[in-house]
Amino acid sequence: MGNDAIKEREKAMTGRSAGSGTPLKRCRMAGPAAFLALCFAAMASGLIGIAGGLFAVSPAHAQLKVDVTQGMLQPLPIAVPPFIARRDGETGVGELGELGRRIADVVAADLRRSGLFRPLDEKAFITLPVSVDVRPRFANWRAIAAQALVVGEIDMRPDGRLMVEFRLWDVPVEQQLTGLRYTAQPADWRRMAHKIADDIYERLTGEKGYFDTRIVYIAETGSKLAREKRLAIMDQDGFNQMYLTDGKDLVLTPRFSPNRQEITYLAYYGDKPRVYLYDLDTGKHEVLGDFPNMTFAPRFSPDGKRVIMSLAEEGNSDIYEMDLQTRRVRRLTSHPAIDTSPSYSPDGRFIVFNSDRGGSQQLYVMRADGSDVHRISFGRGRYATPVWSPRGDLIAFTRIGEKKFRIGVMKPDGSGERLLTDAYQDEAPSWAPNGRVLIFFRLDPATGSTSLWTVDLTGYNERRVPTPTDASDPAWSPLLDD
Amino acid sequence: MTATRFRLFPIAILFATLLLAACAGRNGQPGTEAAPSAPQETGASTGESAAPTHAPAVPGGDVGREQLSDPYGPPTEAALIAFAGDRVYFAFDSAELSPEARATLEKQADWLRHHPEVRVVIEGHADERGTREYNLALGERRANAVKNYLIALGISPDRLKTISYGKERPAVLGTGEEVWRLNRRAVLRIREAGV
Repeated sequence: MGNDAIKEREKAMTGRSAGSGTPLKRCRMAGPAAFLALCFAAMASGLIGIAGGLFAVSPAHAQLKVDVTQGMLQPLPIAVPPFIARRDGETGVGELGELGRRIADVVAADLRRSGLFRPLDEKAFITLPVSVDVRPRFANWRAIAAQALVVGEIDMRPDGRLMVEFRLWDVPVEQQLTGLRYTAQPADWRRMAHKIADDIYERLTGEKGYFDTRIVYIAETGSKLAREKRLAIMDQDGFNQMYLTDGKDLVLTPRFSPNRQEITYLAYYGDKPRVYLYDLDTGKHEVLGDFPNMTFAPRFSPDGKRVIMSLAEEGNSDIYEMDLQTRRVRRLTSHPAIDTSPSYSPDGRFIVFNSDRGGSQQLYVMRADGSDVHRISFGRGRYATPVWSPRGDLIAFTRIGEKKFRIGVMKPDGSGERLLTDAYQDEAPSWAPNGRVLIFFRLDPATGSTSLWTVDLTGYNERRVPTPTDASDPAWSPLLDD
Repeated sequence: MTATRFRLFPIAILFATLLLAACAGRNGQPGTEAAPSAPQETGASTGESAAPTHAPAVPGGDVGREQLSDPYGPPTEAALIAFAGDRVYFAFDSAELSPEARATLEKQADWLRHHPEVRVVIEGHADERGTREYNLALGERRANAVKNYLIALGISPDRLKTISYGKERPAVLGTGEEVWRLNRRAVLRIREAGV
């Protein structure tokens, strides 16, 4: 088994870059917008698979399987020893051996935060792997109850790129589950680690991972009577923080495009609350449409070609759709009630939204053309901010009642409602691209502080996402590339 | 100069009121037809107006004479606040105007008629007990309820703009009924010329 080929994935960094084909190093020296452009060019470029995996082990014999739908009272014990440095050397982002340790740490941290895995303490390891191409001594890993083992190795290539290889082993049956090689600029080492965590998650759960993703959110600072709010973006684990606006103007409720490096959000530029598009490649923003009144609550359609939003007219808010290509606007609801917070089903055929047409805020589903409106929420309290899961099977929402805001999910027909959180004020869920985890923000009533949290569908695995300032209105990006 | 007038304005009102009372006591003529004029310096008349005398008037005696100050004041937010108040409050999840709110808006409309050059923006706000987007819609609804009532009272729509801040700009921090009550509001702000 030791000679299993490693399926190679090349990460083409120069394939498609921001507009002008700017090379990596030049981008890094420019301002934040250009740096962003670099990052997103990298993620837009995609991974080119190279058929090297002729001898890859068939997964048919694999025994290990993690069920993401069950409450993981016993997360899977997994060993992620430091990735082996093939030599001594400097990478530009740290000494090679040190980088190998950091990559393993990022992989382990991703897996731990999912709640499905329990990375084992390195102090318990009896031996450390010596090479990615040498069969592990399984007895030593069985002895510390590891179910899975990740063996990784890193090296610098002559062209200055960092190479990271790993194999995932099923310890009880002594079988390789996957083996891959990534190469990229050393500065992208965290992304490579997140991709490896995604590979492990997918191989062991059968579900797509969500670690190589970003979160856009609103960073809050200053007096709570006049908060400064900035559009901010970071990796899903809280690293690589970047601010996209300067805080002079109020900004709210950003959302990622499903397939372009764009964000739609609400901004009060010139004291006019309007929906804007922000281009992450260029750092430019533009108002969406020329409306006489407030537009708000924007969301992209699943194909990225349209934005739905609310438009307030004479104090009444209805839902409109705009085609981003033609800029043609279509009205979808026409009711004296407040209609807002719309969200498409992943097939684009339906829209769930929030309306008080029945007297209090409830959730309604309609066809994408605005027809066939019917209420789906009938529990106690008011319901708001519905978001359709990318898998299509659930709608997450904020439920207001019993003096609390809580995050919950229900099926699109309104059945099977479950609350996932129970704090004073949790608001505005957004789905991870695999539809298994939600991110939302929490307000602490004692301090007035806001923070970002994730919770999985079991409701047991609730974790804070670190941010340098108070934070609200999070939205999860799609997976950065396939 | 304007700043001084801001500060003196409430004092001017006080003295004007006392003076009117004194006049009424003396000759039975309630001075209700106060013509607008700049509030005058109060220093010189303090002694007389602050100490109304009930001594019988002696024919040929001293007759005090003063300019009445302008109860509407200058076209400033401070003057609006002193005259009518700049805000009205709403019930939970409602944009309905209460009798108190209507009374305030009627005074605001009176003040706006007196200052036809003034244009305002009506800010709609909500308390923290709604989600962000719903509260933006609710704040817009409240601002428009105020706008429509002012229009019904004869104020030109051209002079009235609305903006909603939802729960983004609370007037008071904290939680609890009183905090929420004070945050569920619509506030008139005077627009700068040309805005």
